[in-house]
Amino acid sequence: MTRKGKRLTLIAGAMAVLGVAAGLMLFALRDNIVFFYTPSELAKKQTASGARLRIGGLVKEGTVVKNGQDVRFTVTDKTSDLTVSYTGLLPDLFREGQGVVVDGVLQPSGGFRADSVLAKHDERYMPRDVADALKKQGVWQGETK
Amino acid sequence: MIVETGHYALVLALALALAQFVIPFIGARLNDAALMRVARPAAITQFLFVALSYGALTYAHVVSDFSLVNVIENSHSLKPFIYKISGVWGNHEGSMLLWVLVLSLCGALIAVFSASMPDRLRADALAVQGLLGAAFVLFILLTSNPFARVAPAPWEGRDLNPILQDPGLAIHPPLLYLGYVGFSIVFSFAAAALIGGRIDAGWARVIRPWTLFAWIALTLGIAMGSYWAYYTLGWGGFWFWDPVENASLMPWIAGTALVHSAAVMEKREALKVWTIFLAILAFSLSLLGTFLVRSGVLTSVHAFASDPDRGVFILAILVFFIGGALALFALRAGALPVGGLFSPISREGALVLNNLLLSACCATVVVGTLYPLGLEAITGEKISVGAPFFNTVLIPIALPLALLMPIGQMLSWKRGDLAAALQRLRIAFIVGVVATAAFGAWYGTPFLSIVTAGVAIYLVIGALSDLALRVRGSSGRASLKRLAGLPLSVFGTSIAHAGMGLTLLGLAATGWGVETIVAMKPSSFYDVGPYQIGIDSVSPRQGPNYSEVYAVMAARKDGATLATIEPAKRFYQARRMARSEAGIVTLGLGQVYAAIGDSHEDGTVDARLYWKPLVTLIWIGALIMAFGGGLSLADRRLRIGVARRAAAPALEPAE
Repeated sequence: MTRKGKRLTLIAGAMAVLGVAAGLMLFALRDNIVFFYTPSELAKKQTASGARLRIGGLVKEGTVVKNGQDVRFTVTDKTSDLTVSYTGLLPDLFREGQGVVVDGVLQPSGGFRADSVLAKHDERYMPRDVADALKKQGVWQGETK
Repeated sequence: MIVETGHYALVLALALALAQFVIPFIGARLNDAALMRVARPAAITQFLFVALSYGALTYAHVVSDFSLVNVIENSHSLKPFIYKISGVWGNHEGSMLLWVLVLSLCGALIAVFSASMPDRLRADALAVQGLLGAAFVLFILLTSNPFARVAPAPWEGRDLNPILQDPGLAIHPPLLYLGYVGFSIVFSFAAAALIGGRIDAGWARVIRPWTLFAWIALTLGIAMGSYWAYYTLGWGGFWFWDPVENASLMPWIAGTALVHSAAVMEKREALKVWTIFLAILAFSLSLLGTFLVRSGVLTSVHAFASDPDRGVFILAILVFFIGGALALFALRAGALPVGGLFSPISREGALVLNNLLLSACCATVVVGTLYPLGLEAITGEKISVGAPFFNTVLIPIALPLALLMPIGQMLSWKRGDLAAALQRLRIAFIVGVVATAAFGAWYGTPFLSIVTAGVAIYLVIGALSDLALRVRGSSGRASLKRLAGLPLSVFGTSIAHAGMGLTLLGLAATGWGVETIVAMKPSSFYDVGPYQIGIDSVSPRQGPNYSEVYAVMAARKDGATLATIEPAKRFYQARRMARSEAGIVTLGLGQVYAAIGDSHEDGTVDARLYWKPLVTLIWIGALIMAFGGGLSLADRRLRIGVARRAAAPALEPAE
């Protein structure tokens, strides 16, 4: 093979690999990304049930009901509420009135079935999504810098 | 006084770093040997001053000097001694100082181990290293001063984040930084080669040990961090595709590609332009990682506090160095001489394909990490890109790569024989297929785990059969003698590839894990995979700066108790914060993992129980990979300092 031929083979190979990778990425980005909303954004968006979502807000005081491993609570951003059901252990820092992010699926009933619950990690750290949601609602209590 | 000395030493280090940049750089342009000679003592002294400064901060933490803001916010007089030392880097300011310490250490290492390289290359490389040092020391002094005082000093500190109070923290960041920042050496040499316009196999021989050194440290650092996350976060996960983790994965992938392309360049003088580009890319991705973690763009366990000034400053450093290096690359790369020829089916060809696939992996991680940030900046829409995205894209790229690895080892340089290589791998193929069938029969699902496990077994056998084939034909002692006569780098390649195979097997086995969440009653047993777990007792206990409730559990199989585990839930008074301490026991290559939640009055305890088959292979494989890298590093032919004797005649100007 000539020098030019070899270079062409190389470039064609590179294009093929990168093309396949780019195709895979576009395919994966279409199907595997999850949108993040606050309860009031969700109320506005009219999202169809069955969609995978991430919801951030505060655990509303007095709404946590535990029944064995099953838990129900309300996530609020002080404007809208969303009822969340979850089965399993709650994180160490899950408390009423504290920030929380839930991952899961919106149910036809309008409730939310969570398959993972993330809570604020310490006084200074909280999931960025929660902090943003709270800042947006003006109920942010942490450092403002 | 000691604290002020530390602060002053850092200012002096800045001055030295600037001198280390300006004087040798001018010297190299004027070809003035006296000016160029300034580089080495400047680099070594800069390191000593940064070390002095770092020592002063450590001293303040150890004696709990609560007049320092940094100590108040991250320490407590009751904190165990080891966490007083590791707590120095458990916060933004201290970890940046550690970063700079490693950076100046790299400069000093170049200075010490470069006796035999061309003067101009050494002067330019140390100048670039000095400029990097100056930028980051300035960053600390202007935006993140760890020596800030406060008056009046409080009596007690606020303690270190409990998640960070763990032996893992004592090891993970220094190793990770050694890897991250170790690539700065390669970056500096790449910039120096572009400035000087000289690049040849001798240059590749100079950078290859440094690349390997950084790669080994990064491999160990990532493995350590992943094991730490696995046992402290209480979720049994070891990799979360968190942007901060991705930030360490990106330079690792680029570094892996660089280790391979530098080999091609050293042996065959080919891929020069590409190797230079990768050398720039590996450190650029390290800088990008530092920016993501330290700027406050992301919030996670790793990002301690956010401050927009810091973000802008690091972004400026990032743009300057990456932009500068790429501009230099664009200007000079065209003038580099074209290297050796090779046929597409050859060792070089296989390594090019390896580099292509690794680049595709690296691009995937970059896109998956930056796309959500970009989208939020542009549209305000927030999305999360997690495991499903990365698995969908990376698995179809990584599996062919794993299939190719042993084939590449079997091909000869310049022109290889594919049919002969496949022929030599037939045992590995057969074992791989049999293993796939066996895993399929045993577990049934999931399909992906079975296929990946089969490929992993093939990779381990294929990688090691290279060694076996090299001594084939001779018997007993003669073959042992031939084995001992093989260059260490041959062992290094085989062992590192086999380690990758073991990690892959461990990853595949995650698909066969078992997880249950139960309210455990005393004296009843719960099935977890092949084992039964029961709870013996739950009691409180007092630690040095925390109180905990711990459970004693027994793991049984067929009625016989195999091990006891003690998961605990700790409460740290100073921060009023709880943390789970998982109970883990290794049985064979798998682990039983237990984490407890609330305990109730009737004696039941909420618990999360896991059986994770072969999970330890993930980290054992990484250790073996690093060991393989170490063998290559120890190879006589690659040793630093041997470079010039072999390289000197090969030097050629780049006209």
